[in-house]
Amino acid sequence: MNRYTILIYTENFIGILNRITIIFTRRGINIDALTASESRLEGIHKITMEVSVTEQQMVHLAGQIEKIVDVIKAYYFRDDEVVYQEIALYKVPTESLDPGLEKVIRQFNAHIIAAEKEFVVVEFTGHKQDTQALLEILKPFNLLEFSRSGRVAIAKPKFSVQEYLNNQTYNH
Amino acid sequence: MIRGADIVVKSLIEEHAEFIFGYPGGAIMPVYDALYDYSDRIKHVLTRHEQGAIHAAQGYARVSGKVGVVLATSGPGATNLITGLADAQIDSTPLVCITGQVAAHLLGTDAFQETDVVGLSMPGTKWNIQVRRVEDIAPAIAKAFLIARSGRPGPVLVDITKNAQVEFGEYNYVPCLGVRSYRPYVKIDQDAVKQAAALIDSAKQPYLLFGQGVVLAHAEAELKAFLDKTGIPAACTLLGSGALSEEHPTYVGKLGMHGNYAPNLLTNQCDVLIAVGMRFDDRVTGDLKRYAKQAQVIHLELDPSEINKNVTCAVAIQGDCKDSLADLTAAVKVSSHDEWMARFRELEQQEKEAVVINDLHGTHGGLHMGEVIHLINQYKEDDAILVTDVGQHQMIAWRYFDYKQSRTQVTSGGLGTMGFALPAALGAQLHDYSKQVICVVGDGGIQMTIQELGTIMQTKAPVKVVLLNNNYLGMVRQWQQLFFDKRYSFTELENPDFIKIAEAYKIKASKVTEREDLQAAVAEMLLHDGPYFLEVVVEKEDNVFPMIATGCSVEEVRLS
Repeated sequence: MNRYTILIYTENFIGILNRITIIFTRRGINIDALTASESRLEGIHKITMEVSVTEQQMVHLAGQIEKIVDVIKAYYFRDDEVVYQEIALYKVPTESLDPGLEKVIRQFNAHIIAAEKEFVVVEFTGHKQDTQALLEILKPFNLLEFSRSGRVAIAKPKFSVQEYLNNQTYNH
Repeated sequence: MIRGADIVVKSLIEEHAEFIFGYPGGAIMPVYDALYDYSDRIKHVLTRHEQGAIHAAQGYARVSGKVGVVLATSGPGATNLITGLADAQIDSTPLVCITGQVAAHLLGTDAFQETDVVGLSMPGTKWNIQVRRVEDIAPAIAKAFLIARSGRPGPVLVDITKNAQVEFGEYNYVPCLGVRSYRPYVKIDQDAVKQAAALIDSAKQPYLLFGQGVVLAHAEAELKAFLDKTGIPAACTLLGSGALSEEHPTYVGKLGMHGNYAPNLLTNQCDVLIAVGMRFDDRVTGDLKRYAKQAQVIHLELDPSEINKNVTCAVAIQGDCKDSLADLTAAVKVSSHDEWMARFRELEQQEKEAVVINDLHGTHGGLHMGEVIHLINQYKEDDAILVTDVGQHQMIAWRYFDYKQSRTQVTSGGLGTMGFALPAALGAQLHDYSKQVICVVGDGGIQMTIQELGTIMQTKAPVKVVLLNNNYLGMVRQWQQLFFDKRYSFTELENPDFIKIAEAYKIKASKVTEREDLQAAVAEMLLHDGPYFLEVVVEKEDNVFPMIATGCSVEEVRLS
């Protein structure tokens, strides 16, 4: 089993995410994390998925994903082929804010992005093990809530969806 | 400005739809109302169940090569299409299904006959969409037809809310010529063609397998030209049957669980295996771990997700096999493989002696299914279309029907849908009343959609229904005999008087129980002007051989 980051470029079409996730459901493959948003190209959405599968499974998955009419292209990469980050938010009671906690926040290069009467929200970006490490440290500070995103990733190998689209012009 | 319902019908006419197979209901009533005004330009066939409608559309699509069109209402009407959608998806049949939906403002409220048909049909369609505004109807239908018929064909569903059907909008139909994210065809990679040609030229024992991709690509002539030039033995899958005449000198038979002896056995002895428009279904390959491991595999396939999915190939030529076969034919050298071919013929003879003679020329005991098909061959036209249901009769009819032309084979291959044949035969017949359409069905399957005899009655479609009645769910019983110690758990059927049922539908019917009456009955059926129902009572516990048991290798194909 390898960990892969899949970058899927799609039309912004209702139900597209459902169509993609069905492929994983049918094969009994768990999606470890998922993020979706507009890409830099107008009208094209980018879905980033993290999965742990064999190489053969990954090839099949990519083929099945690309078969979906509204999917433009699915690229997949091993961990060493992508630059990625996850964002984590931690809600801590305001009363827990003491020099010890502030020191931890500075050490991690995290930020307080909201301060309410009852609580503060700390934001930290990093790999899962980093955000998890901060989580473990903050638990004793009466952590109230924790939220972590899926991967946001950029591939190291060069590719261009626009170029791909430009080159795919053959129709019967 | 015209009503959305009129836009639906006019759009279908723009796409040259000849027939709509359907069933009315509340949420699709505006479209049915519009149909009333266009009955001179598009024919509607009222089936007795929505499942009948979609199977009929499949039969029509498979023999005509056109897109089958289905109309159904919301809720139960739409859910009754699901089996047909799944069947069409796995067998690459082009369909456009239009379902009515509750008004947009009621969506998500559990309104009367509201079902999330887009969600339900998503895994069983090539594409689907819900249309909630009148201005989106024509573009959705245009896109649906493009997607259904292009590339690897498939079923598409367009769900239209009732408000969109009754609202007024501008009508300006623009055919959909392309979708940015959808590239159904690719250019043939000539380097791959060269590599494949080199492999084929160097092969001592090459072997070609062809499937329905040849039919879908209209590549029958290209396949024949390739085989004429190379002399390579060629075998077909269930859905590939008919793409090459069985009289072709290099045709060696059928692949798969109940295919022929030689084509299965020798799969594990060829050195180069050329697969054309087939997807290495598990019913063809048996145990994949022991499938053609000695061979270099060349795969000509349009759908990239099928390449290296089940069998890893040495060379893949992605693209429409009409193009790739033509390029490959140009690139290979003229050759012949007489010794290798002789081995197929030798095994063919073994199969003939062990199985075929008994199947086709019974002399005592109950009638065999094969005898019926053998007699049908003697009286049928060359372009007769065989439509079969699912089970023992399907495999026997496939094995012994004399296929001479393409698009004469209609069956539920990938999904194995019992109840498919009767409505599919109706659809096939409606495409061309002048052709013989022979529907071979078992006593189990016919009772799943027997109500479509009513549609045959109403349309007067001259379908010849041949019921092979063994009072069993025969294929399951065969497995119970072979693999479950003859524990015939719930496979014996107490059947009705089928002749009375057929006659109640005003269809001429007869029943044969004795061998000496069979020939005359088959002749009478095929010469009859109009629909005919022939029940043949066959041996209760006949088995279909050869057979590759589940989990076995193709070389473990058994003759008894």
